[in-house]
Amino acid sequence: MRMHGVGARRGAWTRCCAVGLLGVVLVISWIVWAARDAAGATASPDLEDKVREIASGLRCVVCQNLSVADSPSELAREMRNLVRELVQQGKSREEIQAYFVSRYGEFVLLSPTKRGFNLLVWVLPFLAVVVGACGVYLLARRWTERREVGAPAVDPAYAERVRRDLQEREGPAGS
Amino acid sequence: MSWRKALIPLASVPLILLLAYGFRTDPKAIPSPLIRKAAPSFRMAVFDGGELSLEALRGKPVVLNFWASWCYPACYEEAPLLESTWRKYKGQGLMVVGVDIQDKEANAREFMRRFNFTFPNGPDPGSKISIDYGVYGVPETFFIDREGRITYKHVGAVTPALMDEQVQALLKGS
Repeated sequence: MRMHGVGARRGAWTRCCAVGLLGVVLVISWIVWAARDAAGATASPDLEDKVREIASGLRCVVCQNLSVADSPSELAREMRNLVRELVQQGKSREEIQAYFVSRYGEFVLLSPTKRGFNLLVWVLPFLAVVVGACGVYLLARRWTERREVGAPAVDPAYAERVRRDLQEREGPAGS
Repeated sequence: MSWRKALIPLASVPLILLLAYGFRTDPKAIPSPLIRKAAPSFRMAVFDGGELSLEALRGKPVVLNFWASWCYPACYEEAPLLESTWRKYKGQGLMVVGVDIQDKEANAREFMRRFNFTFPNGPDPGSKISIDYGVYGVPETFFIDREGRITYKHVGAVTPALMDEQVQALLKGS
């Protein structure tokens, strides 16, 4: 009996430990699941990638040449949050850019749009390279032509003197 | 050839003009695309309780000022002018509204107490109103006519002369 009694107490203790352990495992699993779910809800990788992509094209208006994605400033953080909110509302990259342009002007775009007067910014560097290359080519051609064709004109008096000297030299041999 | 000699100085003229234009403009100034356009609508909680929306102010000229208690000295310089403008013109229908941005509530309340603000002021959580108005610093002031169009924007502390000129224009409806 006593033995039995001790065995029963041990059995109850074991059951208690097992139930407790199961409870702890369940609680930990639930915490892990809830944490993962919360993280997924706040920062899905796809959403964050899209936010970063859009924010990378927007200029931080209180910084020097930093994008909204890269700036640590509070306004840039708020702008990133707004971009995230607009993406979650289903707005496209173009619509979000258009919203910021309507508030801050084209200044807010890190790359100017390729239309109108802005085209000059895109075309001029290439045009300058072409014009420069043409200039270098023409200059090089002129220099080489000068060397080939432009033999120095001989002074007639000097030429006459050379001719006479030659005649004098050849005179005795020819006579 | 004389025209060839003149070519080099002539070619530098566009460059000089470009530099002259560049040096005359402030690279930090961002021209607002909102001028002469409808002021973005907003609704904000007011520090003294209740809510304020721009729609509710339609028909009244509005001076909308963005400030912060950490904005020293510009916001401290213009704060007395905002309060005196409100007191001077509220009888003629002018509304002065303050939006406190990126601030701590206790500091904002202390700022308002210091300058005896009696016109409505409210916080801008998430800087949504600020971004909607293209604000990039403090203080910035928008002058909005009775039809709800932005007529003028000033960056930095407003001077008494400028405030008077803009408010008079708003009240005349010009």
